Amino acid sequence: MTQQKAEDFFSGEAIRLKGVVQGVGMRPTVWRLARSCGVVGNVCNDNCGVQINIWGSRASLERFKHVLKQNLPPLCKIESFICSPLDLDEIPPSDFTISESDQGAGNASVTSDAATCSACLKEVLDPNNRRYRYPFSNCTHCGPRFSIVRKIPFDRENTAMAEFPMCTCCKEEYLNPLDRRFHAQANACPECGPTLSLENAQGSVIHAQPHKDLIQITASLIRQGEIVAIKGLGGIHLACDASNHFTVANLRRRKNRYKKAFALMGRNIKMISTYASVSKMEAERLCDAAAPIVVLRKIHSNGLDSVLSDDISPGQNTLGFMLPYTPLHHLLMQDLDFPIVLTSGNVSDESQCIDNAEAKEKLSDIADYFLLHDREIENRQDDSVLRIQNNRRFFIRRGKGYAPQKILVEDLNSKNVNVLAMGAELKNTFCLLNRNEAIVSQHIGDLENVLSLKDYRHNLGLYERLFRFNPDVIAVDKHPEYLSTKAGKELATQRNIKLIEVQHHHAHIAACMAEHGLKNADGKVLGIALDGLGYGDDNSLWGSEFLVADYCGIQRVMHFQAMAMPGGTMAIQQPWRNTFAYLHNLGWQTIEKDFPSLELIRFLRTKPVTNLNVMLDKNINSPLASSAGRLFDAVAAAIGVCREVANYEGQAAIELEALAEPFFKREESNAYHYSVKAGCISWQPMWYEILHDLARSVPPPVIASRFHHALINAVTEVALILCRRVSLDTVVLSGGVFQNQLLLKNCFAKLKAHYLNVLIPEQLPANDGGISLGQALVAAHSL
Amino acid sequence: MNRKTKLTAFNLDIRSGRVDMSHGSGGRAMSQLIEQIFFKHLDNEILLQGNDQATFNVPAGRLVMSTDAHVISPLFFPGGDIGALAIHGTINDVAMAGARPLYLSASFILEEGFPLSDLDNIVASMAKAAALAGVPVVTGDTKVVEKGKGDGVFITTTGIGVVPEGVNISGGRALPGDVVLVSGSIGDHGVAVMSKRENLEFDTAIESDSAALHTLVATMVASSPNIHCLRDPTRGGLATTLNELALQSSVGMVLHEANIPFKPAVVSACELLGLDPLYVANEGKLICICSRDDAEEILSSMRAHPLGRDAAIVGEVIEDPDHMVQMHTSFGGLRVVDWLASEQLPRIC
Repeated sequence: MTQQKAEDFFSGEAIRLKGVVQGVGMRPTVWRLARSCGVVGNVCNDNCGVQINIWGSRASLERFKHVLKQNLPPLCKIESFICSPLDLDEIPPSDFTISESDQGAGNASVTSDAATCSACLKEVLDPNNRRYRYPFSNCTHCGPRFSIVRKIPFDRENTAMAEFPMCTCCKEEYLNPLDRRFHAQANACPECGPTLSLENAQGSVIHAQPHKDLIQITASLIRQGEIVAIKGLGGIHLACDASNHFTVANLRRRKNRYKKAFALMGRNIKMISTYASVSKMEAERLCDAAAPIVVLRKIHSNGLDSVLSDDISPGQNTLGFMLPYTPLHHLLMQDLDFPIVLTSGNVSDESQCIDNAEAKEKLSDIADYFLLHDREIENRQDDSVLRIQNNRRFFIRRGKGYAPQKILVEDLNSKNVNVLAMGAELKNTFCLLNRNEAIVSQHIGDLENVLSLKDYRHNLGLYERLFRFNPDVIAVDKHPEYLSTKAGKELATQRNIKLIEVQHHHAHIAACMAEHGLKNADGKVLGIALDGLGYGDDNSLWGSEFLVADYCGIQRVMHFQAMAMPGGTMAIQQPWRNTFAYLHNLGWQTIEKDFPSLELIRFLRTKPVTNLNVMLDKNINSPLASSAGRLFDAVAAAIGVCREVANYEGQAAIELEALAEPFFKREESNAYHYSVKAGCISWQPMWYEILHDLARSVPPPVIASRFHHALINAVTEVALILCRRVSLDTVVLSGGVFQNQLLLKNCFAKLKAHYLNVLIPEQLPANDGGISLGQALVAAHSL
Repeated sequence: MNRKTKLTAFNLDIRSGRVDMSHGSGGRAMSQLIEQIFFKHLDNEILLQGNDQATFNVPAGRLVMSTDAHVISPLFFPGGDIGALAIHGTINDVAMAGARPLYLSASFILEEGFPLSDLDNIVASMAKAAALAGVPVVTGDTKVVEKGKGDGVFITTTGIGVVPEGVNISGGRALPGDVVLVSGSIGDHGVAVMSKRENLEFDTAIESDSAALHTLVATMVASSPNIHCLRDPTRGGLATTLNELALQSSVGMVLHEANIPFKPAVVSACELLGLDPLYVANEGKLICICSRDDAEEILSSMRAHPLGRDAAIVGEVIEDPDHMVQMHTSFGGLRVVDWLASEQLPRIC
């Protein structure tokens, strides 16, 4: 044996891990690997992440670092892995140990909830395992995290599991560094953990039977066509048989939700593939630990035995599917050979219930049964919704499984200020920004909803505590009536800190720039923000903005010609009003005379045309808006799609896209026309073409296709001209209208074909769910 | 009395004459105006004494005083005009303390060129409203501004009244557990005025609810003196007034949309115009907040009065550190009914 040099043997190194490193099984992994490499020292969680101190031969230290990097726990996300030599005076311990959490100041990530891992699932399905059919099994690699946290550090006593002291067996697992459940804070078993309860809407408790547990009873209830409220991870869902047309219709009626698509859960990819086409990447996303709802292309039934109700996603070519993500869901789906509807447990558009008593009160007219449990949901989280297009991930809603993960942005190095961005009014999220780290909250919802507003306040407080975040600056939207703006103004006054107003579409563009790591020094971009409405710099309503932008400012270089919205908000709820506004703009009397027999004109004549003309002529509650969303409404209503009332936001645009899709390629050379004058894109030429097409009985899907082509042409042709004129080579596309895949895909491809750098939102939704990040960046740059 | 007869030798041309600067000069023209329009209609002993002030005795008790400036376009609208409105508005403000209104004053700012016939009609309407209410206008003032510096006529009225013993009504007295009542249909006035102003036509004519509420208040106070709050939801409508009360009392409120009385014609006009009737002005309605125990009695006293026939319990007061007004909607949702920072503006995207 060769003699090692003393200094070599006693080499010591400190390793600092930052990122998502707590509550993911990092310390036991480190412990195991350290022992296997023969190094001594310790590992602990602190408020900055994980701190590892190791001593050993240089070779063993190198080996340890190598195997650690190769064997990181699946749920962790390493942002930095920094090694530094340890002080030589420090005396190395004789062993490798896991130290208690150190509660210093700092900023450690709280992890997202994660779908049941395969090891836990195997146990739950194993009749010989002590957790057989136990619906709350979890380990360091899976289970509840953010949904149960009360404060940091993420230790059991700081979570909703504090109420469940561990039994001896669980405690042993928890303390054994070799166990998969070593320091699994939510560890539980049938002995000591949460339990299920089942009752009917009248409150009568239903007990398990000798060979039928509550989950099996629930499965038979669902088979019988009952609607069951099921408490999950981040909220309480409503579940029912998705192939039972009667039940689905019933659920729609009881929930007061008539058109918006319902999410589905399928037992496995195989089951989902029966109803929708699933690509490799889509399958990967479905199986992801975040367990999102993935929007898939519907396979139209060709005489299959089990057909899903048409009422699942009326007027759309897609279905939103997710896979089981808790043992409870797995066990339930094992017993069902059809997909279930799994939609948020709420009335209409409210936030979903999270509390048992609240659910029983609010959902008693909707659900026939309640399958609940006694582990509190501390923090409400909706299921995330995304879709895959061109191998890219697009968020529609970012919630469970993704929030509150950090988004890394340009390092604002000299500006070490904490910015709290309050977000928009609808699909609200808020954002905490410090230097290069942005934390965007989970989807909170529409703030006019009392529950969402309360949730908003709860989460603002929670995030400040979890991330020890004390804002120096508050960023809000310019819209004076947004409840988020009002809340931000109030907070700024209370704490006597600076308030910065950020224009809505500037925030849209800045958010997309930020998630792609663009620096202000990279120069300006052409930002194209198409959406419903946002408050403009000129105090009018905007919504189709071509902006020469950087984080510091915008110059509005082009927009759609502003059109009145007769009746203000009512024009959003009743799409036909926008059609009328466009026809009024062409000259209603002439149009009426030229196209007297048109079904559209006859329809509009059933409306109070005289009063509407007065409203438009005299500008009575008919604000002008350059909104792309309203243009979609107007065209949809013109061809009889979503004409009278929109049941949910964006319905007209979603249905118009679905209608256009089959004819899209065929109609490429038949695009409608637009004109450009004085910084405005006018749709007048298109409206004459639509009227003539209607007069010639051109089918609505064809008109919808020609409209999509017109819009794509307008966006791309104008973008090319502007890029050339202002010498820009980067185009940023954002805003809720870009959730339209035909529009996004084709604009992207056409601009790319001209060698432009095209950025689109991928880490955050293109809709207002992404606004908060942009607000934060713009505010940080304005300091 | 004697002044009245002395100057009538020179008659105003009420049918086709117009207000000119001399009517505010303090000279003879002004006296003519005062006598032949104001004294003629607002005829009462104290006023006709012709002093620059009114002198009267007051009964024992706490006095209440309130003032209100009235500007409105158009001046004449279905169900009322600026004159009647100026009387009702101030009587109501006094009455909302639970008081019995005693006397009013009125001051007019007239724009040069304003037709004397219109002024005559307005003052006649004021006189009629005051007489019906039993609250005389006992002193007044008139000024004339140059053309373009006014909008026809502005009227400011001030009223005093007296609160009966044992009545203590204030916007700061709402308590968690209390209930919220309204005296009738919401939004009539605002929609009537807007329709007239903008020449909008509806199948069913909508009239302003402009009315003096002091007799209704007297009935209510008689049935239960322990009313906590009274307020008339004028500008900003029911929504804004409830937010004021919630803030003043440091409480929250929960409304039930299905229980709020609306006239179908008002609902359909609001739908067409895209207005939220909760934010539309009323001029003859009141909000009452009282303990749940007193509610039924007060409600039946209201329903027994012609101005409270459609009274209803529309919500309750709750504890809420955020002083929020919320509403259970007819769709089953629970919505925030917030103050408006400006005019109604779409905030949906």
